[in-house]
Amino acid sequence: MLALLLTAALIFFAIWHIIAFDELKTDYKNPIDQCNTLNPTIDEVKKIKRVKIALKLVLPEYLIHFFFCVMFLCATEWLTLTLNLPLLAYHVWRYTSRPVMSGPGLYDPTTIMNADILAYCQKEGWCKLAFYLLSFFYYLYGYVFSSSRLFTPDYFLI
Amino acid sequence: MSTAGFNSQNGTGTGQTYANGPTQNPVALQQTPGVGYSMNHQQAYNPMQAKAPAPPGPGLYPSGPYQPIPPISSYLLGPQVTSYPSSPGHPLLTRPPMGATPSHTPPLSASPIPGPRMPPAQATPPPPAVSSSSYYQNPQQPMAPVWQYNAATPPMGPAPSMNTPPRGPVTNHVNQAAGLAGPLPQSAAVYSSAPPPHMSSRPAQFSGPGLPPTSMHGYTQPGTAPPPMAPQAYQPVRPAYGPPPTGPPSSMKPTLPPTGTSVASATPPPPNVDAQCGGVVPNVLPPTEPDFQEGDIECPGTVAGNGPQAANSYNHVDNRMAGPTQPAPPGRHLGHYPSLPPGYQNTSAPPVNPPMHPAMQAATQPYTQAPQPFQQPPGGPGPAQLSPSMAAMSLQSNTPEALRVVNLLQERNLLPPSPVSAPTPCLPQDLQKLNCSPEVFRSTLTSIPQTQALLNKAKMPLGLLLHPFKDLSQLPVVTSSTIVRCRSCRTYINPFVSFLDQRRWKCNLCYRVNDVPEEFMYNPVSRSYGEPHKRPEVQNATIEFIAPSEYMLRPPQPAVYLFVLDVSHNAVETGFLSVFCQSVLDNIDALPGDSRTKVGFITFDSTIHFYNLQEGLSQPQMLIVSDIEDIFLPTPDSLLVNLNECKELVQDLLKSLPSLFEKTMETQSALGSALQAAFKLLSPTGGRMSVFQTQLPNLGVGALQSREDPNQRASSKDIQHLSPATDFYKKLALDCSGQQVAVDLFLLSAQYCDMASLGCISRYSAGSVYYYPSYHHRHNPAQVERFQKDLKRYLTRKIGFEAVMRIRCTKGLSIHTFHGNFFVRSTDLLSLPNVNPDAGFAVQMSIEENLDDMQVVSFQAALLYTSSKGERRIRVHTLCLPVANSVSDIFAGADVQAITGLLACMAVDRSVTASLSDARDAMINASIDSLSSYRQFALTIQQPGLLAPTCLRLFPLYILALLKQKAFRTGTSTRLDERMFAMYQLKYQPLAFAMLMIHPALYRVDDLTDEGALNINERTIPQPAILQLSVEKLSREGAFLMDAGTVMYLWIGRNCHPNFLTQVLGVPNYAALPDNLYLLPELDTAESQRTRAFIGWLRDQRPFFPSLHIIRDESQLKPVFMQSMIEDRTESALSYYEFLLHVQQQISK
Repeated sequence: MLALLLTAALIFFAIWHIIAFDELKTDYKNPIDQCNTLNPTIDEVKKIKRVKIALKLVLPEYLIHFFFCVMFLCATEWLTLTLNLPLLAYHVWRYTSRPVMSGPGLYDPTTIMNADILAYCQKEGWCKLAFYLLSFFYYLYGYVFSSSRLFTPDYFLI
Repeated sequence: MSTAGFNSQNGTGTGQTYANGPTQNPVALQQTPGVGYSMNHQQAYNPMQAKAPAPPGPGLYPSGPYQPIPPISSYLLGPQVTSYPSSPGHPLLTRPPMGATPSHTPPLSASPIPGPRMPPAQATPPPPAVSSSSYYQNPQQPMAPVWQYNAATPPMGPAPSMNTPPRGPVTNHVNQAAGLAGPLPQSAAVYSSAPPPHMSSRPAQFSGPGLPPTSMHGYTQPGTAPPPMAPQAYQPVRPAYGPPPTGPPSSMKPTLPPTGTSVASATPPPPNVDAQCGGVVPNVLPPTEPDFQEGDIECPGTVAGNGPQAANSYNHVDNRMAGPTQPAPPGRHLGHYPSLPPGYQNTSAPPVNPPMHPAMQAATQPYTQAPQPFQQPPGGPGPAQLSPSMAAMSLQSNTPEALRVVNLLQERNLLPPSPVSAPTPCLPQDLQKLNCSPEVFRSTLTSIPQTQALLNKAKMPLGLLLHPFKDLSQLPVVTSSTIVRCRSCRTYINPFVSFLDQRRWKCNLCYRVNDVPEEFMYNPVSRSYGEPHKRPEVQNATIEFIAPSEYMLRPPQPAVYLFVLDVSHNAVETGFLSVFCQSVLDNIDALPGDSRTKVGFITFDSTIHFYNLQEGLSQPQMLIVSDIEDIFLPTPDSLLVNLNECKELVQDLLKSLPSLFEKTMETQSALGSALQAAFKLLSPTGGRMSVFQTQLPNLGVGALQSREDPNQRASSKDIQHLSPATDFYKKLALDCSGQQVAVDLFLLSAQYCDMASLGCISRYSAGSVYYYPSYHHRHNPAQVERFQKDLKRYLTRKIGFEAVMRIRCTKGLSIHTFHGNFFVRSTDLLSLPNVNPDAGFAVQMSIEENLDDMQVVSFQAALLYTSSKGERRIRVHTLCLPVANSVSDIFAGADVQAITGLLACMAVDRSVTASLSDARDAMINASIDSLSSYRQFALTIQQPGLLAPTCLRLFPLYILALLKQKAFRTGTSTRLDERMFAMYQLKYQPLAFAMLMIHPALYRVDDLTDEGALNINERTIPQPAILQLSVEKLSREGAFLMDAGTVMYLWIGRNCHPNFLTQVLGVPNYAALPDNLYLLPELDTAESQRTRAFIGWLRDQRPFFPSLHIIRDESQLKPVFMQSMIEDRTESALSYYEFLLHVQQQISK
């Protein structure tokens, strides 16, 4: 149940992540709304800020995921846990291999514009979105299933 | 109307004679001279000059003729394109156009202005007699040979004319523009006139072929059957092409097929050519036909079998190593060579043509067009020219040559004796003439692959190398209230756009059709109305606009300079302070700026010292802030002061500064806090921060620890600590970048300073890094001199503030990665708080969409900056390159130096993100991959050995040089800082200088002569040949100068001729040579003058000051000198030959 809500939050994060990178990538490629391309317009600055906020959400995302993995562990939901472990491992790896940085964060503003990294991040976003969506439905099913088990006996008892 | 003011501006004037637009032509010519054949061209053409300008038919231009054009234009284009595939001789293609344009014009224009024109044209052809005769005869016969022949002759005449216009008026910008205008109208004229003839010929069904006859009109009967050319070849329609460009091309069309021929014929002395042709032809023809289909790439080389060059190529091809110097008799070549170049046949064949020929030609059309062979003849008009240097030069420039196969394992002397020049893109001459100078804008592949798949197949990196703010001796500057840009992609109007009619132009990047603003209709140069295509913007690929207020976010900032100086004990010990202060004092009036210029000084050791220079004070006031954890500015207003108002105080300070800290015993350095303070000081205005640091910062924020283990310096294992230890400097740099502050770092230190971490401060704020290892005012005079000279240049060079640079490219291409010092703000936008004329950039490109229907693509770099005078300016460079669809074309267009430069940048990234050994492997693989794909896809005849196209013959050598470069070498003791500095330099230096770092030039200087010397400003500068970097080239009897970019070594052999010792070095004998000598004495002898002139000339070519070390056998620096002998084996690295074997092994696997 809790996992359900949290996954919804994760989906939200993933979407934001995708949007952010997409914005980064296509941003200035659509020049029609950029009347003054060479100068950063106020619009651009806003966009940059939004992207920054989005990037900061990476850590909470990891934490939430980690949190409900722990919850699954406590609930001894082994199957669900194994499904989530790869992603958890990936997150840990990703965070340990992040560039040298004093604050929390994953992305280095100086290299993020590299086409390879950008493409990789975008792909990562889409994959995560798919994973979260699937797990969302899986949790939903689990929730319905367990609640029906919880309630049906009563129903039949009557 | 238009307020356009037009003037030519002098750059800082490094003495480079780069000319824009019209001037460019001269530039191109200049470069080419090196090539060899170009020189011939010029000479031959000179006489013609007068004719060229003659036929401007401006009126014609506007007229509707464009619609009918398609066939024509396509035709024109076709030749380039088509010819390309076979054996794209870039230069050739380009050439022909030149010749063609003028020549054609006469005939075509004949309708409008028939009378006068024709005579000159006919007269012009160098080989008039022969050609003409054949000409006439041919008409009855199958066309193909005929028209080619014809074309060949006429072009010659025209070519000269083309050259001429640019050449004459070079100096004056305005004039030039006018001069340019001349040719264009011509083309226009051609255009309009052309359609009708074309149509008439049409009936013949071959649209393409039809044209040539048209051009011929003047000479031959129109009725001549169109040669059975492959119409398709010509067909390619190029959408992008604008009328301005088209115009010239149209004229070219006839020429194209003959291009090769025309050029060739043009260059060599007429009589020779003809004779040769005549003689050779009959023999040749029969063999040729069968071989035709093969269409070897190498064919071009064989061409006419003219003297030396042909012979040369021949050798290579066969791999039999025929002596290059022996001029083979023309006939011989052919015989040996199995397949004759079609071009050859055509030219020579004319009289004999068997009926079959045309058909064959049609089939082989691509090859025929390519007839590069002819080029060669130009190169070697006479056997006299056979000199290897000539051949080598021509190799570089000749496209056909570019693809000639070289067996690297057998060819020993690959290095051309003169500096390698950039290949010329395979563009029609009129476009190429307008193209951006390769010194400013260069591409690794001068033919852009059509698809990413093709690029992957060729396995070469695609990228651009830029030097956008280079000092230019001539730069057109346009003041205009409206800057004409594409409404959709915001591209600036440039020479490669097409004018659909007078009122509309089509963007060459996104193909949107835009209106021409009313103001743009008026041409301030010619003061005429209604000729937008003649505006300077459309005539110059490099141009500068004075930007109106829309381009400002805030009022342009003043020039602000802040100096942050390390005054700890260590710094005082090195004695840099007095040199610095003296330099600033000397150059204080030369600092770029206006009346608003501000300066400030901060010194630091374990505390931060500010200097209050407020007007009215009797002497500078020092304010010490010891709270380095929470830095604040004591008196924010008076620390940065107006230089003009407070000059006395500033001078006082500079005079007293060195003595102020003489006795300091403070050893700690709080660099981080000092930088924060400086950032606070500068952030309201932006500006330039110059940081002088002599030791590892060890106090407060940003403190670093020594990470270098001296025992690991020579390890062949992976080098650690190439990435920064902290992100403090990077974050600060990004903050600086946001506030338009750039940080330049001067590191003067004998100890480890952690360049990897400190360098970030400059790298991301678009600053520059200077490194003077072991700087000491007494012990190391060479470094002191270098520091002085560098500082002078640094203080007085041009500077642009609050700059951004955007690189746009034709739809379908996209930017993958940037290299250099900057912060990437968006996928195509670089934020450059400061831009300086010595900064280079590299860009990796990728192809996202197929470039199917395009003939050319364009790249535009726009640099918006605030000049030191407070003007907002935009400097725009546009580069136009052809698109190729075959692997061999792509190889033919490869620019080996640019590829090496880009690979070096990529390798630096790789060594930081992955590891050094990874980067080394990647470089080796790059050479293996490209050569094996050449073997696989572009080579028609498989032979044993390690084969490379001529244009890539230096590739393995350069890769090996990179592997042995300080930045990437292993196994040789290299300080971490020096390694990092070399890496920064590879990324940041403009290509020309980076190449010297990678592959130093070695000259023998004990026997300099005036033969072939340059004459600049009445100084005679000898031009010794560049030698291979191998001990084998050294001799004890000689003296050798190695030019490694930032440093030069003069190695004196033990038995050096006493004459040299006394006359140049001023010592009686070898033993008397002092151990560390850094200067050549100024002796009044011819030898001394020559040597000094040569070294001075080398130094003048670059913005930094290379120090000179004179080395004897026992000198400490001798190992350094010997390490640069990259073709030789060292304990830890392969020799060149071993490396080649390794590559070959990998390829054949």
